[in-house]
Amino acid sequence: MRTLLIWLPLALFLGFIALFASGLFQPDDRIIHSRLVGQPLPAFTLPAAASDRPPLASSQLATGQPRLLNIFASWCVPCAAEAPQLDALKAAGAQIDAIAIRDARPDVDAFLKRNGNPYARIGLDARSEVQIALGSSGVPETFVIDGEGRIAYQHIGEIRADDVPMILDRLRAAQ
Amino acid sequence: MKLILLLFALIATPLAAQTALPPAPYADQQLADPALERKAKALMETIRCLTCQSQSIADSNASMAGDMRSQIRERIMAGEQPEAIRAWLIARYGDWVSYEPTAAPILWPLWAAPLVLLGLGVLLLRGRIKRKARSS
Repeated sequence: MRTLLIWLPLALFLGFIALFASGLFQPDDRIIHSRLVGQPLPAFTLPAAASDRPPLASSQLATGQPRLLNIFASWCVPCAAEAPQLDALKAAGAQIDAIAIRDARPDVDAFLKRNGNPYARIGLDARSEVQIALGSSGVPETFVIDGEGRIAYQHIGEIRADDVPMILDRLRAAQ
Repeated sequence: MKLILLLFALIATPLAAQTALPPAPYADQQLADPALERKAKALMETIRCLTCQSQSIADSNASMAGDMRSQIRERIMAGEQPEAIRAWLIARYGDWVSYEPTAAPILWPLWAAPLVLLGLGVLLLRGRIKRKARSS
């Protein structure tokens, strides 16, 4: 028993080294996924964010057909970078609505003029309230909403060109 | 020269400013009622900022943290209990968003650790005292 105990500190020490080493080599996942995936959208009604698009309410997302809900902001650089992918999704038949976070109408108008406007409706969430209610932790994010208004999928970060087929698959799966 | 520098300092905008919007009403303004403000502050100190991730929203300058502070103050002012707001946030962001450990089974070892360590200490002490009594 004694002789075994003598090795205990060394074993503990090696155990800690192994723990820290595995922590060093494991990729760090800092993405916070919404816990609302699979659940109904929280109810919200937002004013219009752009001059030439109608406002957005949660009830308008449950249309019997799956839709995309894009969370963006005019001040967000990756949001401008994902604009061509949103156009491609729209061209492939996706219905896209959006919520502009912490934004102002002139800024959204300028952003849409610069980057194109694939959105059917755009709601203005000036104080991130709906964003927090959705469990979204940043911009851009894109939610797939099924026909009954449930969140089917959350894509965090910009949509890259090679994400487009996956998003279309998710839309089909939410049918 | 000094005056010019001072002028520059006055008009300089913070590099990390994320939006041109003014902060939400209660992002940086305390509630009028000190008791409610204390409640809100205690909650804000244990809610994690989603942007900075290792700061509480009480410490963070991120605009989203400001919006969360304002929302918490307004909800406390409307009579909501801090723990209800915490539960609401956890339902959206997971346990991750709260710095306050919960009583979930995965945390039982954490709560048990002080007792286990204390028990080990008592055992160790007893052994020592016994040995000392024998040798003297």
